[in-house]
Amino acid sequence: MSVNLDNMVKVFERPQSLTNAKSTYCPGCHHGILTRIIGNVLDELDIADRTVGIAPVGCSVFAYLWYKVDSQQVPHGRASAVATGIKRARPELIVFSYQGDGDFASIGTAESIHAANRGENITVIFVNNQIYGMTGGEMAPTTLVGQKTTTSPEGRDPSQVGYPIRFSEMIATLEAPTYVTRQALFDTKHIMDATKAIKKAFQNQVDGKGYSLVEVLSTCPTNWRMSPVQSNKHVAETVTKVFPLGDLIDRG
Amino acid sequence: MGDRLLLRGNEVIAEAAIRAGCQCYFAYPITPQAELLEHMAKNMPRLGRTFIQAESEIAAISMVYGAAGAGVRTMTSSSSPGISLKQEGISYLAGANLPCVIVNVVRGGPGLGNIAPSQCDYFQATKGGGHGDYRLIVLGPSTVPEAGELTMLAFELADQYRIPVMILADGLLGQMMEPVELPDPIDPASLPVKEWATTGAKGRAPNVILSFEMDPEGLQQINNDLQAKYQTITENELRYEETDTEDADIVIAAYGTIGRICKSVVRMARAEGIKVGLFRPITLWPFPYEPLKALSERVDTVLSVEMSAGQMWEDVRLAVAERAKTPFYGETGGVVPTPRSILNEVKKHVR
Repeated sequence: MSVNLDNMVKVFERPQSLTNAKSTYCPGCHHGILTRIIGNVLDELDIADRTVGIAPVGCSVFAYLWYKVDSQQVPHGRASAVATGIKRARPELIVFSYQGDGDFASIGTAESIHAANRGENITVIFVNNQIYGMTGGEMAPTTLVGQKTTTSPEGRDPSQVGYPIRFSEMIATLEAPTYVTRQALFDTKHIMDATKAIKKAFQNQVDGKGYSLVEVLSTCPTNWRMSPVQSNKHVAETVTKVFPLGDLIDRG
Repeated sequence: MGDRLLLRGNEVIAEAAIRAGCQCYFAYPITPQAELLEHMAKNMPRLGRTFIQAESEIAAISMVYGAAGAGVRTMTSSSSPGISLKQEGISYLAGANLPCVIVNVVRGGPGLGNIAPSQCDYFQATKGGGHGDYRLIVLGPSTVPEAGELTMLAFELADQYRIPVMILADGLLGQMMEPVELPDPIDPASLPVKEWATTGAKGRAPNVILSFEMDPEGLQQINNDLQAKYQTITENELRYEETDTEDADIVIAAYGTIGRICKSVVRMARAEGIKVGLFRPITLWPFPYEPLKALSERVDTVLSVEMSAGQMWEDVRLAVAERAKTPFYGETGGVVPTPRSILNEVKKHVR
């Protein structure tokens, strides 16, 4: 049997802006989906050859391997400050940082808030999986009340360590940011919504509109000790109750 | 040469940075270097360049990392406690081979200390400060005009070797006013293009700025490359000044503002018939061990004088070994030794 390839239409392929490097992420983790979305957006906006990505410390420490763009690997928590330095040095570049919850909402608290407050014309992707994945599943600033981690073995106790921090809501109290939104990736509809949000966050920067933050609720099946299916269900039914989805600011 | 100006040390460092083509400056206010920040705030935006008062010293040095990685000349400045905060970023800059200039207008320590002049950060500047096996080029200006010259040089060396360069000044130098003649400004557009910088991967493979390698042998190779670079710098970039050492029986070793004060001490001592010379390191790293070693073979005593409890003194003793006596005289806490007190120390060691 022979197949005539001339009559076939390619409906799915690897984004041009992604490399062929093998992912280091665990099965069922949402980092892979998110990486692909960003790759597609870079393709659609045709900006890969003037983009600089910022790889943080954490599970996405190797982010500089996934994209065919210039990258800087930076100290834990400092991505928004480094992004500021790059963007101010070369405003013609498109600069995005990719930061986890420990990076963005704990050790980088000052850098994250002040880059937003200056209204830096950058795009921040904030991955909130409520745990420290890379170091073995320790408590994050976003860990849910009662959630067991290796450093909250009896569950997060708010009387001792406070409540999960809604960092995007804090950023949304500022006057300078242009776009602040929280998205999720647990089903197709939400992947499509998140894609739209991420595209908008990059488009804002292309248009010189200022600071855009996309928080993405993500899974960590390995450290949550759940299957990928259970993990998606957990985000949909439990995590979104603490971290509601939707736009917090849209001044674009 | 350009115009003649009357400026404070802090202002001269700022103005020299502008003339060296510094396009991005990031810093946080701290005494006694506030005039540097203020000069940049006034002048950088006027020239279409970047001035940001950062939210912290950590953020400022991280912004320097980003701008340096994007291939422009960039600088931050601070004073002792602020420089301690910058150590994280300095280690990353060194590991990622990024050129930049860091100014430390040193004040009394440890802790909050005070705002008086000091040389108590010599160890931090020359022996590491942050984590990992790395070095900075460290330049120690002794006068306001030299602060300008060394700032211009710092940007050249930083680019040439892809290394962070520190200007180790002190509160006295920062506040002192002197006439200076600074060279004409360099047009940043005329500087060589940095092919390794993250400027957008148009028509080339992506560039990556990083200080990260999981493979131990790979990281060892990166360290070997750094050490080879440091060796080259040591061979090519030693700078020091000798004053009246030819017939000296005793030599004072001093750097920065104290180096300048000790020049007066040499004159005073010579007027009394005491054969004193001065050895003043200008590069504190690389330290001029060999020239000082050679000198120590001809003298009885090398007296170290510092505004510290004896930090450069360790390098002096390494250089001199047992070839001459190596006494120390220092003041701490922001107390500045006077020419008279130094001369009295000299006399203790003259036969």
